[in-house]
Parts: sequence; structure tokens; C-alpha cells
Amino acid sequence: MSCRIDEIFAELRAEGRTALMPFVTAGYPSLETTAAVVPALEQAGAHIVELGIPYSDPIADGPVIAASMHEALLGGVTPRAVFDLVRQLRSQTKLGLVAMVSHSIIQRMGPAQFVAEAAGAGFDGLIVPDIDIDSAEAIRKPAQDRAISFSLLIAPTTPEDRIGRITALCSGFVYLLARVGITGEREDVPDLTARVQTVRRHTDLPITVGFGISKPQHVAAVTASADAAIVGSALVRRMGQAKDPVAAAASFISELAGSLSPASPR
Amino acid sequence: MTTLSQLPDSAGRFGEYGGRYVPETLVAALDQLAAAYKRAKGDQQFQAELDELMRDFVGRPTPLTFARRLTDHAGGARIYLKREDLAHTGAHKINNTIGQGLLTVRMGKKRVIAETGAGQHGVATATACSHFGLECEVYMGAEDVRRQSLNVFRMKLLGAKVNVVEAGSRTLKDATNEAMRDWMGSVEHTHYILGSVVGPHPFPMIVRDFQSVIGHECREQCSEEFGGLPNVIVACVGGGSNAAGIFYSFIEDENVRLVGVEAGGRSLNLGDHAAPLCHGEPGVLHGSLSYVLQDEFGQTAPVHSCSAGLDYPGVGPEHSYWKDQGRVEYSTVTDDEALDAFCLLSELEGIMPALETAHAIAAAMKIAGAMSPKQTLVINLSGRGDKDVQEAARLLEQRG
Repeated sequence: MSCRIDEIFAELRAEGRTALMPFVTAGYPSLETTAAVVPALEQAGAHIVELGIPYSDPIADGPVIAASMHEALLGGVTPRAVFDLVRQLRSQTKLGLVAMVSHSIIQRMGPAQFVAEAAGAGFDGLIVPDIDIDSAEAIRKPAQDRAISFSLLIAPTTPEDRIGRITALCSGFVYLLARVGITGEREDVPDLTARVQTVRRHTDLPITVGFGISKPQHVAAVTASADAAIVGSALVRRMGQAKDPVAAAASFISELAGSLSPASPR
Repeated sequence: MTTLSQLPDSAGRFGEYGGRYVPETLVAALDQLAAAYKRAKGDQQFQAELDELMRDFVGRPTPLTFARRLTDHAGGARIYLKREDLAHTGAHKINNTIGQGLLTVRMGKKRVIAETGAGQHGVATATACSHFGLECEVYMGAEDVRRQSLNVFRMKLLGAKVNVVEAGSRTLKDATNEAMRDWMGSVEHTHYILGSVVGPHPFPMIVRDFQSVIGHECREQCSEEFGGLPNVIVACVGGGSNAAGIFYSFIEDENVRLVGVEAGGRSLNLGDHAAPLCHGEPGVLHGSLSYVLQDEFGQTAPVHSCSAGLDYPGVGPEHSYWKDQGRVEYSTVTDDEALDAFCLLSELEGIMPALETAHAIAAAMKIAGAMSPKQTLVINLSGRGDKDVQEAARLLEQRG
């Protein structure tokens, strides 16, 4: 079995390109909107979409994404409803679809069960932002068996010996946090060149960068060294404020996609 | 084989419970805290400073009081009260905040954050920060701010900034989320003083250790008072810090029966109580694996208790382990029973207990009544009830 995430990055790498990975909260402002926005994001130039599975206590998230999850939960969005949505989307899009999912949800359904249902629905990968890496194997193994990617976070505070432990558990790509703190829009982005080089010493996996990436120039800056830019709060906020969330999302992502840097020589 | 008192293991686990289910950003701070705590624990100077603060500032040791009239009323075991209500700020919470405050100074951090529900931990944290000269910010749910305005005033008076949390259910769970979010961005110069034996490793261990002064003293006092160990110890359990603090010193004494009492609220339907050990299932909340009240997909459930300090969907991982091992029994007491016990102790002993503590008293009365007069039972009187007088008056009037 081949993993769609690997194929997407391999193709981009061969073409000397980098990737744009928008994040949307599944079911916000409604499941119908999410169903419509994903194909629109593909049209606009996204390569992989992260679907955030709403969770009641997302401690890594700032006000925009936390509120969107709260609202989705009030609307009755469950993980199984998100799986149904992905099943429906799978025939309409070639995008990589990755679930951003809190450990609590995986724990409660049971790691093997969760991975089986997610992969069965058509998810191509998982990002678990609050994992205990000592217990990551229980998710990594079933993800490997089902050929979906499994990505963990590397923080600015992560010491180098631990970077190696984390990257060894990952497949598909690794998720590098651009900064300490929670998700949310920022004015600036730090220079990550040295940090990306450090992570590359430990892995050949593509390096994606998120947290605070909000503007075209941020996308250009991070993809000058990393392989992909992840944009969440800036997109979710626009979708929440717009009369036509799908059109707003498409226009913003199209603008960001035009700012991707060419892949840096490796 | 590892004995109960030797846990957690190096990964922060009590059996399968505990661990560190947190965003990666916080792991380095947790490692730093664990290392600083390990050094402090082995450092005689730190222990001497802590002992001095406990004596001169907190007012320890707190007494062990024989409750003569309560004993007569129950008609069974001799009942003793471990008087944490007499500790500075009126509850056991100060034991932890002074300990962690001293640790903050050692780590060279200048700013402290904390979460609070009813405000007791917030007040105890603000008190410690005032004493040590640390900047202090407390996160409190908007709903709790409204219900506990007096504690909000106290915290401000003590120099703390109170951040009102409007997110989610606007109570303790959400205040904890916000404190953790703050810490995500401030780890380098800020220490998070968590208020109970919950959260990611090493918090459950550190808070238990600082609270275990209750059990150490109690053990000595029982020995002086009646020349042995008590037959039963009863304590209320929200997050579980006062219970862990008194149980831990007796955990290897199999003849001492340990009883933890959770909030039974107004019914056993999900949302009407706060009893994860009795009616929840293992899951992840706020960084550790433990019994928790959730729906079938791992979303944290709403909870209810007349007592704000017990109004929390999770519980410390060590309690989950003690439960599964059969070492500690856990039961529930309803809002009504707790309110009765609040009145009873006030009338019979001249001690107004906190509504949290009243849960332990209600359970203890049932247990003591079935015991022999030659036996002894200790209640951890975790806090005083002054903070609850208005709420109790409202509830009593409602009941008619």
C-alpha cells in the first residue's frame, strides 16, 4: 500500500515545489461548508488539507480555533460525522486529507479502532498535537499498517536529542512549530532556517511549519527552507466572518499559494 | 515489585495512568520542573526552608481534634478531625502553593500563573506569590467569578491579576485550559502552579508530595493520641489533593481503610455529578490519563456539584491507580447529604466545614456508625466553610 501523503511530497519535490496545507475545523461553521470548502481549497492551490476534529479542550489552540471547535461541538459534530464527511469528499478530491486530532478522542475510541475508522473513511494521515510520545507506538503501528501518515510536533523548546526520538516515530511529514505559544495569527514569523536544518539532520521526511503563519510573506519565508506552510487561524477566522465562507477561503488560499517559495536545494 | 509509595515511575506513570499528554512546547518545561524538584527534594537547605515556612507562615502542624459530640452522634468509632481548616488561608491548598512557590524562586522564574475554580487555590497562590515577591496571574471562569466574588477581591488585594475566562463552560476546566495556553507561550520565564494532583507529570507527584505533610503529621498525632494507626481515614476527592496528601503516608498500611468521597451532585446522570472515579471511565484530560467524565468520543462532559472545589470532570491519576488496585475505596455523597453534614458539624463541633469537606463528613458518619467504639476514624477537614456561607444559605432556603 502506498501513502498518498508520501506521493504528494515526492511529486512536489521532483518538481522543485513546496506545499500549502490549510487547516479548517471540521464542521465549522457547518459540515456542509466543510464539504464545499475542501474541493474549493484544492482548486485554489492547496496540496493537503488538515481537518481539525473538534475537541472540547484544545489546549494548543488560540481563541479562533478553540471557539470554532466549541461551536462545531455545539452543532453536534462528532468524530464519526467527520469520518462520514471524509468518505463523501474522498471521491471528489485528490488532496491529501489529514486529521488533526487530540489524544483524548483517540484514547476513548481506542487507537486501533480510531485509525481503522479514519483510514477506512479516506483520511491519509493523522497529526496528534498532544501525544505522550512514550505511548505513541499504540497509534504509530496501526497507522503504518493502514499506510496513513503519522505526524508529531517539534517545538522551539524541544532539545536536539528529543528531536531524533520524535522524527523516528513520524511518517509522511513532521510538524515544526514556528514559535512557542498557541495557534493564532501573528504579525511576524521568526527565521526558521537554522531550526529546519537541525531537524533535517535527523530525518529525510518533509518538514511542515505551522502556528502563526498568517500572511503571504510568512508563507514565502517559511517555505524558503521548509517543505510546507500550514495556515489555520487566519483561514478559520476569515471563514467565520465571511458571508460566503467558501469563496473567502478560496480567495485567501489562492493568494497564499502564489507566495510559495520554490523548494530549496537539498 | 514496585510498592504503591514508590510511584510514579520515570515516565510519570502510576500503572497505566498519568503520563504527559501535552503539546510538545510544554515538555521541556515539565522536564525542567522535574529536574528542579528532584534536586530540591534531595537538598537539606530546601527542606529546611520549606519546614520553616510551614511552621512560621502556614501555621503547621495543624491539630488533630477529637470530635466528641460528632462521635456520640454517629454512635460508633471515635472520630478525629485533621484540621487543615486552620492552615493559613483556611484550607490545605497553601501547602502546595508555598512548596511550588519556593521551587519557582529556585528555578529563577519571576512570574506565576494558576487556575482556580472556587478561588481557594487562587487565593493560596496569590498568598504565596505575595510572600515570595513573584508576579501572579490567576485564570478563573466567568461563571466562577460571578459565584465567588469575595475570593476575586481577595486575590486582587494580595496583588494578583485575575483573568476572567469566557471560553467553553466558563468554569474550572476552562480556566485550566487557559492557564495551560498561557504557559505554552510563557514557559521560559513563568511557572504554572497547578492546584491539584492532576495534569501532566511531574505535577501529580509534586502536589502529592507537598500535600503529604498532612498525612505525616496525622500519623504522628494518631500515635501520640491513641498509640497507633487509625482504622479508617476519610477525605473528599475533587482533583484529589487533600485526599492524596493524607492517604499517601498510610498507603502501605493495609490495615488502614482509606475512603475517598466524590461529589454525587443531584443525580447519577452524566452532567449532574462530579464523580469520575465512581461513574467515569479512563480517558485523557489536561495532560494525563485518568478516570474522567466524558462522552463516548472523548469530549469532556459537563459536571455539577454544590461544591465548586469538587466541580471538576477529572481526577488525579494516582487515585485511578489506587482505585484499580483496590487500595482506596471511592464513594459518593449527594449535594443534599453534604449540606446536612455542613450544618451538622457546625452545630455539634463549632466548626463550619467547606462544602467540599462536608462530603467527607457525610460519608464518615455512615462509616463510623457501623464501627465499634474501640475503633478510630480520621476525617481530613480540608477547609473551612466561611467561603460557602452565602451559597449554603441559598441552598438551605431553596430546600425550605
